[in-house]
Amino acid sequence: MTSGDEHVPYVVDVRGVYKSFGTLPVLEGVDLQVRRGDVTVILGPSGSGKSTLLRTLNHLEKVDRGTVRIDGELMGYRRRGNKLHELRTRDILRQRSRIGFVFQSFNLFPHLTVLENVVEAPLSAQRRDRAEVEADARELLARVGVGDKIHDFPKQLSGGQQQRVAIARALALRPAVILFDEPTSALDPELVGEVLEVIRDLARAGTTLVIVTHEIGFAREVADTVVFMDGGVIVEQGPPGDILDRPGHERTQAFLSKVL
Amino acid sequence: MSAPAEFRTTIPVHQHLDDSNLVVAPTRHPWRWVTSAAVLIVVAQFAHGLATNPGWDWPTFAQYFTATSVLGALWMTIKLTLWGTILGFALGALLAVGRLSNNPVLQVVSWTYIWAFRSIPLIVQLLFWFNIAYLYRTLSVGIPFGPGFFSFNVTGVISGFTAAVLGLALHQAAYSAEIIRAGIISVDPGQVEAANALGIPRGRQFFRIVLPQAMRSILPNAANEVISLFKGTSIVSTMAIAELFYQVQVVFGRNGRVVPLLMVATVWYIILTTFLSIVQYYVERHYARGSARALPLTPWQKATAKYREIRDNGVGAPRGATR
Repeated sequence: MTSGDEHVPYVVDVRGVYKSFGTLPVLEGVDLQVRRGDVTVILGPSGSGKSTLLRTLNHLEKVDRGTVRIDGELMGYRRRGNKLHELRTRDILRQRSRIGFVFQSFNLFPHLTVLENVVEAPLSAQRRDRAEVEADARELLARVGVGDKIHDFPKQLSGGQQQRVAIARALALRPAVILFDEPTSALDPELVGEVLEVIRDLARAGTTLVIVTHEIGFAREVADTVVFMDGGVIVEQGPPGDILDRPGHERTQAFLSKVL
Repeated sequence: MSAPAEFRTTIPVHQHLDDSNLVVAPTRHPWRWVTSAAVLIVVAQFAHGLATNPGWDWPTFAQYFTATSVLGALWMTIKLTLWGTILGFALGALLAVGRLSNNPVLQVVSWTYIWAFRSIPLIVQLLFWFNIAYLYRTLSVGIPFGPGFFSFNVTGVISGFTAAVLGLALHQAAYSAEIIRAGIISVDPGQVEAANALGIPRGRQFFRIVLPQAMRSILPNAANEVISLFKGTSIVSTMAIAELFYQVQVVFGRNGRVVPLLMVATVWYIILTTFLSIVQYYVERHYARGSARALPLTPWQKATAKYREIRDNGVGAPRGATR
């Protein structure tokens, strides 16, 4: 599944990241390292900066200061001396095509069939061979349980099926890491389970995942590391047993007492 | 639910029919028949008048409807529409992209163009182009503000036809730009975000992801524009260009039969507008891909479905009744 340089210790390596929207600071000095094959779950109250952090990882948001490295490669910039120069759009797009991203609202392309959705980026962004990409896509769609829907349009599917197609679309990039931005928040309660099941399978298969979610029970089950954010900083992080059962910080305790 | 015993005896013989076997009977609508009849009488009177009133002068109509001069003029109208549409929408697309770009110079220039060309009445603009030789005698290609390499005589290059096409296209571009821009910004921003996250190249994002979705809201407005441009070409008759309306004016100026010749132009305008509307219907259907759970039937499919329904069930069979 994974690709890239096996000698790089961290697939995701965030150092000293600051980000504001206008005058509103959102990230205030974030450091985060994710090892290959690990599942990292980011928890925190609304407005804590967790979704923004996730979006800086594939440069959907530009950082004001600090660096993001994916598989050892500096995201969005080239370093010359002590200055960072922003890359051209084309190079940023090329970097992104090695990172999977799953949105809360799925964002499937409604005018393309399920299969066309999945093969689009491997063909146009990665310029891979069509026969190989299509075979891959069929296998991935079967794996997420929508193998019989490949010629349907997204609107003909349930929310849970759409999100599973979105996961297959991310997997088709053969990404170094897959980022999930609240993947079950837009789903009806009875459809949450089928999406979590797919993510659980990915975690077992050793895919590197970073997941922003409100599903505490799921975090406890799949996470290797739970990261708790509040006010634009990482308050604490560690194994789920430590963070969820014996939180060391009162802000974590306050948050958990509200959601559990 | 147990009914009192004395009621049981009044229930008819079908009492052992299951509820699932009950058939829905159609509701009768007598007033529908009455209003339909009244409207049809008015329509029949109008049709009768068209056929019998000698003022319509159908023989003259028939004589000129397919006359060579009229067909030539019709072709001129079609050419003006075609060039106006192609050049107008091409320039309009560039202006729309300019207004949506991050380059402030392009934004301002596009906005100003649209502002200017929507402010000037089409006929005034056409007359400007027609008289362009008064402003510029020669056009030359060369270094800006520097020497020219070769030059044209304006009166030789800008014919009446060219002036008309330029005027129509430049006018059309301002309106097309806004229609295209509206279509592009109506696409959910999540679509571009997803395309960005997948690393799909910029041009591909526009043509594969954004434009097909934008087309859904662009098309009905664009079709309106093409149809109004098609009829709007009659305005260039003021510049003595032999398009359809100019030509029928010439003929009725000669023989004095105004009404039948206006009908010649009217019927041609109706025929081609109908053709454009049909094209619009099918192009819209094409871009409706994936938007609804099932595409609506085409008129032909509706007609054959209705025929099959009547053949199998007879007229007035209750809808939804399957037995």
